[in-house]
Amino acid sequence: MQTEIRTPVAGLPQTTEARNAGMELDLDRVMRVQANRPAIERRVATFPGRRTVKKNYQAAWLCKAITCIDLTTLAGDDTEGRVRRLAAKARQPVRADLLDALGMEGLRVGAVCVYHDMIAPARAALEGSGIPVAAVSTGFPAGLSPFHLRLAEIEESVKAGAEEIDIVISRRHVLTGNWEALYEEIRAFRAACGPAHLKAILATGELGTLRNVARASLVAMMAGADFIKTSTGKEAVNATLPVSLVMIRAIRDYFDATGYRVGYKPAGGISKAKDALSYLMLIKEELGNPWLSPDLFRFGASSLLGDIERQLEHHVTGAYSAGYRHPMG
Amino acid sequence: MSVKEIFETMNYGPAPEDASEAFAWLVDQGDRFGHFIDGDFTSPGEGFLSRNPANGETLATLTQATQADVDTAVEAARKAQGKWARLGGHGRAKHLYAIARILQRNARLCAVLETLDNGKPIRESRDIDLPLVQRHFYYHAGMAQLMESELPDREPVGVCGQVIPWNFPLLMLAWKVAPALAMGNTVVLKPAEYTSLTALLFADLCRQAGLPKGVVNIVTGDGAVGEMIVTHPGVDKVAFTGSTEVGRRIRQATAGSGKALTLELGGKSPYVVFDDADLDSAIEGLVDAIWFNQGQVCCAGSRLLVQEGVAERFHDKLRARMQSLRIGNPLDKCIDVGAIVDPVQVRAITEMVEGCTEGERFSVAADLPESGCFYPPTLITGLAPSHRLMQEEIFGPVLVSTTFRTPDEAVQLANNTRYGLAASVWSENLNLALDIAPRIEAGVIWVNGSNMFDAAAGFGGVRESGFGREGGWEGLRAYTRPVGRTRPLAGIEPNTGENGPVEGIDRTPKLYIGGKQARPDGGYSRAVFSPRGKLLGQMPEANRKDLRNAVEAARGAGAWGRMSGHQRAQILYYMAENLSARADDFAHKINEMKGGRSGEKEVEASIRRLFTYAAWADKFDGQARGVPIRGIALAMRAPVGVIGAICPDEAPLLGMVSMMGPAIAMGNRVVMLASEPYPLVYADFYQVLDTSDLPGGVVNILTGKHGTLAPVMAAHMDVDAVWSFSSSDISKVIERESAGNLKRTWVNNGLVRDWFSAEGEGRDFLEAATEVKTIWVPYGA
Repeated sequence: MQTEIRTPVAGLPQTTEARNAGMELDLDRVMRVQANRPAIERRVATFPGRRTVKKNYQAAWLCKAITCIDLTTLAGDDTEGRVRRLAAKARQPVRADLLDALGMEGLRVGAVCVYHDMIAPARAALEGSGIPVAAVSTGFPAGLSPFHLRLAEIEESVKAGAEEIDIVISRRHVLTGNWEALYEEIRAFRAACGPAHLKAILATGELGTLRNVARASLVAMMAGADFIKTSTGKEAVNATLPVSLVMIRAIRDYFDATGYRVGYKPAGGISKAKDALSYLMLIKEELGNPWLSPDLFRFGASSLLGDIERQLEHHVTGAYSAGYRHPMG
Repeated sequence: MSVKEIFETMNYGPAPEDASEAFAWLVDQGDRFGHFIDGDFTSPGEGFLSRNPANGETLATLTQATQADVDTAVEAARKAQGKWARLGGHGRAKHLYAIARILQRNARLCAVLETLDNGKPIRESRDIDLPLVQRHFYYHAGMAQLMESELPDREPVGVCGQVIPWNFPLLMLAWKVAPALAMGNTVVLKPAEYTSLTALLFADLCRQAGLPKGVVNIVTGDGAVGEMIVTHPGVDKVAFTGSTEVGRRIRQATAGSGKALTLELGGKSPYVVFDDADLDSAIEGLVDAIWFNQGQVCCAGSRLLVQEGVAERFHDKLRARMQSLRIGNPLDKCIDVGAIVDPVQVRAITEMVEGCTEGERFSVAADLPESGCFYPPTLITGLAPSHRLMQEEIFGPVLVSTTFRTPDEAVQLANNTRYGLAASVWSENLNLALDIAPRIEAGVIWVNGSNMFDAAAGFGGVRESGFGREGGWEGLRAYTRPVGRTRPLAGIEPNTGENGPVEGIDRTPKLYIGGKQARPDGGYSRAVFSPRGKLLGQMPEANRKDLRNAVEAARGAGAWGRMSGHQRAQILYYMAENLSARADDFAHKINEMKGGRSGEKEVEASIRRLFTYAAWADKFDGQARGVPIRGIALAMRAPVGVIGAICPDEAPLLGMVSMMGPAIAMGNRVVMLASEPYPLVYADFYQVLDTSDLPGGVVNILTGKHGTLAPVMAAHMDVDAVWSFSSSDISKVIERESAGNLKRTWVNNGLVRDWFSAEGEGRDFLEAATEVKTIWVPYGA
């Protein structure tokens, strides 16, 4: 299935990088992976004390964080109006006067992320902005609908104009150690995506152990995921720094083995500017600067932007800000 | 730089910690310091400059203490001690609590001053040193509170002389001062001359917190002042943390003085990575092991041992990781590696590394600051164990590495060192990690971690890394002694008489080495007489070669330490059974040698004592400590190794049993030197051993002159401890000669111990027969 990309879209890995072609499932490599939880927790617990950015640096890093946000609405009561409002916010995520003061005119978010039925209004509202529309798919969030329907859902969404497809994996394949099944599933999803790029949601809060997270990450990349993503936002535990460390180390190992840069998207639970900075710094430390761009890094977050706006206003004016001073999305 | 430019480059900017409060404190003190004695600062005298190693700037002028200053400080401590002890546990607990609180209230000031003075990154002084300092005072406030109920048989030692190093100035002070004060001692402490400022700030805080005068005294100066303290006749206990070389000198200088001594010295700690480890986490652990505090850490994981199959991948990952270390201004909150403490230390590191022409060297390509003392993190791979850099402590940010093939080989390589302070073991296999950890000769072992510390977990070394523990219950032993007074022990001369025939069939007792009877190498014997001059028998006269052979046999019997406590108990019971069967013989012989009728009582007491240690063999348990991690810190009881025991003269059988019992019950092997004047029972005793299923080499018995053999035993590099309760005046020579390999010593200092009473057995003996080995096991699925 081939669907033409109708507008030139920035912020996709394939625009700057060779797209991950995947590889044969290498079970030796998968089973070799270890993840020592206490050591990983120590690393992330001490990390915020090891790195910090201040003043202009902090403002610049927060602007970078905005460009990496997948502005998201995934609710049963979503309407076209609601989606149009979100799209407007995506185009102008920060008040123009603040962006002027920062010298960051034209700043916009990474993507807008919606359910299938909202793809069309989102695309319409984002026309000409270059902001891609991402759609959650494959029976999101549980991923337990019939397999052929999950494939069909991807195809429909791509046809409707989604440039990114956030798929959910079958957690049971991980929990039962059925790596071949997981590989084949994601491989099929990837084929269904065609040119749209595939973000594999691992639902890490339901995978039981960090080692499972590491192994599932690797299998997803071998199967051709363009991004690996922590959570649907609907699990009890969403993105955490320990889980992130495990996933980005898997990305590094995959890059070392294949030369393909796979993107990373933590989703859910990141609502503070300070947390966003921790994530960006962790990415810089573990993966390096190439990953500090929307091509390879996204936040799945809805309330994060509000906190960043307040911090940026504080940076510009020196006075602490209030939420109502910033337009809602 | 504009926001837009930074947005493109995504660099970290400068993030300096504000040091103005610390400078203000220095200005308030006039930028010149005297000593802190009897609750007040003395007026500044002749001295030296304290510099910031990151930029060479002078921070303050310090005073070099004179003998008179040290005398005054010791006097003040002495005067304060009685009252401080009588304040009681709760009274002292309140003071220690107040110190903990005031340190917490001034934590940032302390951290910034520490970084200015020492050069360590502000992250470390702020996030590691200071929290541990506070924790140590809180923990020991609790120990003061509990002393009366939990340690009813212990009392303060008195005045403690403490000398600390420059790598963790305030933390080492806390490790020394908190337990000393908790147990009712007073202290005279000398900080390192490079880094005295936080000790002086601590003095100021003690004053503010209302600590009674004279309880804490701080004198500044160089090694000469340290020497004045450790040799001062008014000091009862010496505690030192620093280099092995200086530790050795202190051991020699304090020999025979009766001063208690603990030493926490150098290390070349192995960092063992198995092929099933989480390699990325092991690399982060290594960053915290060898690049923590610029590698100027006694327990730094400085010797990387990595399994061959993953070595290349591990080294590649490591080199990549090293490139992201940030080196520079230690006050910057975004710096990983700060300044080396002094130009002298930079030169020492440089010379050692430049002297290495083998292996493959990799240094971080960083722009080091132009001024100040900086050295780039460095990795040298492919060195053989024989290389100098694999054996000697570098005390800088330099890691050396080699590979191993099997778990056994990893243990051999790990233990192929004179040191024994700490070790790390990385494996995701619980069987493997928990098998290897206790087999490494070290005081502290971290499973899947590095440089974890807590006041509740003992810290200290084996071998030439020193002796004694800091932290935990075991740490209190150094600052207490048994309640009670003793008196001088009179020397006992052998009886004399005329040579002549012995009653019955002629008998030639031999030495007992490796489970066999051996003729003395020298071929000499000595006659043993009754008090009335009757010849009772001939004893072989052991010489240094016999001692060597006995130690070799003992070293070879290491399997004893791996037997279960239950099995060892069975053998001790069996000994008691066999001794009991021949009780009359032994009693008769004792009476013959000593005169009088004490023999029966001594044999009975010996049988009881064997029962006591058979009982203890499977009951002197380790503990699981409440450290603040998800995981456990096991304080395991490990045998010391080969113990040389010079037995009491006055109770020939009971004395020997009292030495042997605790030693072998805990898994040690012993080389015993029997009572010099009354040796005769030993030959019958080795027959008891022979019939009790004791493996050869676990107990070896020599007879001969204590004065001649003691220095040989104390100097023997393969002996791990020497105990002496001889009536010969040999305590000093033993302590002095023990400095060679810094073996543990336990000597009577010429004082009486009543072998028939409770002080002849029990916990003190078991403590001496074991090393507390702290094994940290963090866990989490």
